[in-house]
Amino acid sequence: MTATMNNEVVPETKRADWQSDQEVRWCPGCGDYSILTALQLLMPELGVRRENTVFISGIGCAARLPYYMNTYGMHSIHGRAPAIATGLAMARPELDVWVIGGDGDMLSIGGNHLIHALRRNININILLFNNQIYGLTKGQFSPTSETGKVTKSSPVGLIAEPFNPVSLALGAEASFVARTHDMDRKHMQEMFRRAYEHDGASLVEVYQNCNVFNDGAFSTITKKDVRDDMLIDLRHGERIQFGSEGQYGVVSCDGGVEIANVADVGLDALLVHDETRQDPSTAFALSRLAAGPTTPTPVGVFRAAKRAEYGAAMATQVAAVAAESGKGDIASLLRSQPTWEV
Amino acid sequence: MIQKTFSNEAGNGGNNVTETATEPTVPAVDRVIIRFAGDSGDGMQLTGDRFTSASAMHGNDLATFPDYPAEIRAPAGTLAGVSAFQVQISDHDIMTPGDAPDVMVAMNPAALKSDLHRLAPGGTVIINRDTFEERNLTKAGYDYNPLEEGDDLKGCRVISVPMTSLTKEACKELGVKPRDADRSKNFFALGLVSWMYSRPVEPTMDWIDAKFGGRDLIVAANKAAFSAGHIYGETAELGDQRVIVKAAPLESGTYTNVNGNTSLSWGLVAAGQLANLPIFLGTYPITPATDILHELAKHKSFGVTTFQAEDEIAGIGAALGASFGGHLGITSTSGPGVALKSETMGLALSLELPLVIVSIQRGGPSTGLPTKTEAADLLMAMYGRHGESPIPIVAPRTPSDCFNAAIEACRIALTHRTPVMLLSDGYLANGSEPWRLPDVDDLEPIEVTYTTEFNHKNADGEDEYWPYLRDEKLVRSMAIPGTPDLMHRIGGIEKEDGSGNISYDPTNHAKMVEIRAERIRRIEVPDVEVVGDVDADVLILGWGSTWGAITSALGRLRGEGHKIAHAHLTHLNPFPANLGEVLKGRTHVLIPEMNLGQLSLMIRAEFLVDAQSISKVSGQPFTAGELETTILETMNGEAKQ
Repeated sequence: MTATMNNEVVPETKRADWQSDQEVRWCPGCGDYSILTALQLLMPELGVRRENTVFISGIGCAARLPYYMNTYGMHSIHGRAPAIATGLAMARPELDVWVIGGDGDMLSIGGNHLIHALRRNININILLFNNQIYGLTKGQFSPTSETGKVTKSSPVGLIAEPFNPVSLALGAEASFVARTHDMDRKHMQEMFRRAYEHDGASLVEVYQNCNVFNDGAFSTITKKDVRDDMLIDLRHGERIQFGSEGQYGVVSCDGGVEIANVADVGLDALLVHDETRQDPSTAFALSRLAAGPTTPTPVGVFRAAKRAEYGAAMATQVAAVAAESGKGDIASLLRSQPTWEV
Repeated sequence: MIQKTFSNEAGNGGNNVTETATEPTVPAVDRVIIRFAGDSGDGMQLTGDRFTSASAMHGNDLATFPDYPAEIRAPAGTLAGVSAFQVQISDHDIMTPGDAPDVMVAMNPAALKSDLHRLAPGGTVIINRDTFEERNLTKAGYDYNPLEEGDDLKGCRVISVPMTSLTKEACKELGVKPRDADRSKNFFALGLVSWMYSRPVEPTMDWIDAKFGGRDLIVAANKAAFSAGHIYGETAELGDQRVIVKAAPLESGTYTNVNGNTSLSWGLVAAGQLANLPIFLGTYPITPATDILHELAKHKSFGVTTFQAEDEIAGIGAALGASFGGHLGITSTSGPGVALKSETMGLALSLELPLVIVSIQRGGPSTGLPTKTEAADLLMAMYGRHGESPIPIVAPRTPSDCFNAAIEACRIALTHRTPVMLLSDGYLANGSEPWRLPDVDDLEPIEVTYTTEFNHKNADGEDEYWPYLRDEKLVRSMAIPGTPDLMHRIGGIEKEDGSGNISYDPTNHAKMVEIRAERIRRIEVPDVEVVGDVDADVLILGWGSTWGAITSALGRLRGEGHKIAHAHLTHLNPFPANLGEVLKGRTHVLIPEMNLGQLSLMIRAEFLVDAQSISKVSGQPFTAGELETTILETMNGEAKQ
């Protein structure tokens, strides 16, 4: 949702205008730097006002990001940013509210708030930095860590299976879900822009490298020399085709989807991506193509469907009540039950 | 419970029967306590509520005490399923729903068994005889029928009425099915009691029309049952039971009958209007606080948004988000919910943002006694967060006082930019009393100012905005999102005073901890008022809902010639500035509380005064009678230590 209400002219800004005076303190080489840069480059393009932009985060490495954006911001408590952002977005619908958090923050301690913010379709943009590890607490497994992973808290290997954040979001009825990664700033910027333009809750999962505690977790799919064969680029209205020679594609199968050789099935058999589909089943099937970033993995917009936005629905309800009963009056309220005179 | 210093409330069970000039055939009593008890499916809360309303309209002063089980539906006829509603009506100013009922309605054997011990000596029991058959008697644990044998009813006046069959008979010609007619028997009881106390009939008839309008058979059945009960009183020669409680000489004005949760909700709405701010309630249902959500959800036309969140933490989080955006953020809950919200309360006080946490206390710990009252969360409100984390606490004393306390809590939160705990309890929440409505023009506006301009120059002489620059009361500057140029970031990590930048500097942290304590100390609260025998050696210090019972007990004790002073705290943090002076030099400082001595602990720690605790933690409020006894014992040094 845009802050440029009533076609007012918003003064142009530059990247520097979006950089706060605070020293950025992430480990050298952290993927968070490129995400921050993508955001600071995007904001001038969006043509929004700094004062109408708010970043709210929980706790974790990612959650430091609001300090570095020259906007309004709140660094809150572990997992609760979507709840706090919900209150702000409902109270002040004219603001652009961004939520920043990591996989531990949003999928573990804050899982409940994440699914309900998505379910309600509150007008907030949630950026989920997924590095499959707890960075700030120095190296425990997270809800997205792969089974068998050896960490400080799983010295003989992790038993549990990981969450797939995109599947989770789609299951929570999210109207906008996308995935991107920190090695492709242009793609990140495009996904963030799409999230911003979406009316309702949007979730962008960003594969983000933690070079200290989980270095190279995504290198199987994001390194330059493997990207073409390992990233399935979802583009609305186009056949889902990938590979350095375009040799692979995605086809329907058994109620789901699977990867096929184009040579075997022919171009016409490939699935055409429709992100606007109301039924999220196909988007969900696409999210199941890769259990983790070790096999060909879809990136891009999985779903961008129209759904009633909570804040707007609330405003409509309030307006209807106000139209019917008029502006409230305290003296009348106190006399709304039977009264008597003495 | 119209507030005044002391009443001369008569002693326990004292029905001072006098002749009245206006109605020579019906004797008048100055007050009466009635308890309706039945199975939780019998509609006892509704019956009590209707009787209360009719009495309020009649002009009595009154106080009520709904006492119901936590189970949605305990097995019918069992002791666990007994639901009761007690009301005291009077021709003078009273403070409590009374100690021992003069009249008790027992709709089944379980109700008789569980509540008969409460009845005043020589009191009247009105019994639905139809239910006293073997199955129900067994379920209630009787191996005999107390109507026929045993000593249970000895010394009571018993009015045994076949309410079920008479109700069925009355409904028969209307075509109401026997099963549906059975459900109207509570209106039979209401009709009978209404006749006994000469309550007006019209308000109840109108209410039945309004409530069940469109469902003609139900309207007809309830009206028929009510009339049958009324007529039964006349025809069964119960004339000697008929008394009247005249209207109380209340201060002139417009009155309404209000319970604590309703008046508290109205206070919140009023505070929003006084501050000219929209209200945002983020909450999660929990007994006995849920009615605040229900009430506020009705008031969208006042700019009230209610958000029923996914959990308690989201409720307070969303409220804090709204506060950050410049709205009046409120969250409502009870003890277990406060526990879940404590981390966010810590964040709110670190951010120095306004937030009102409404806590309606109930019996604990854990799920405890959700439908029963207790006031044992004072220390949690005071200290239940990590780190040094002071939060102001405001506690109402009567159902109608919840209105004032809510406005006061919002005023402190908004003008001092701090989370505030509004600490009510289940007894106030559900209890009701007549309330003389205030003139809304007399309510003081709440001045809220948000910063809109730079407030600092940096070393280079450039304008800056510092969110943690403070005024003389140490209240920080607050600019809300949307304000041009004043963009800033706040968070739970320690901040440098002034600039608000992250700071781990040890001396800065020590300074911030001290500032956070001092800024709460600097909140101006009214002096505590001492009433009664102001200079007495004995001071009773109370807080919250014990006000009514303490005031009644002291009225009796002072009537007997004892010299006692009473002070009641609305502000528990910070304490009123004169409290130390008030406590000084007393031989006894007695603190009755519905906990094991939490205020006593605070008073002892703060003022080094040998405060003595009078505790009650049974899920029931103090009665004036038991306080009277305990205070006397303690004054005489007989109380157990």
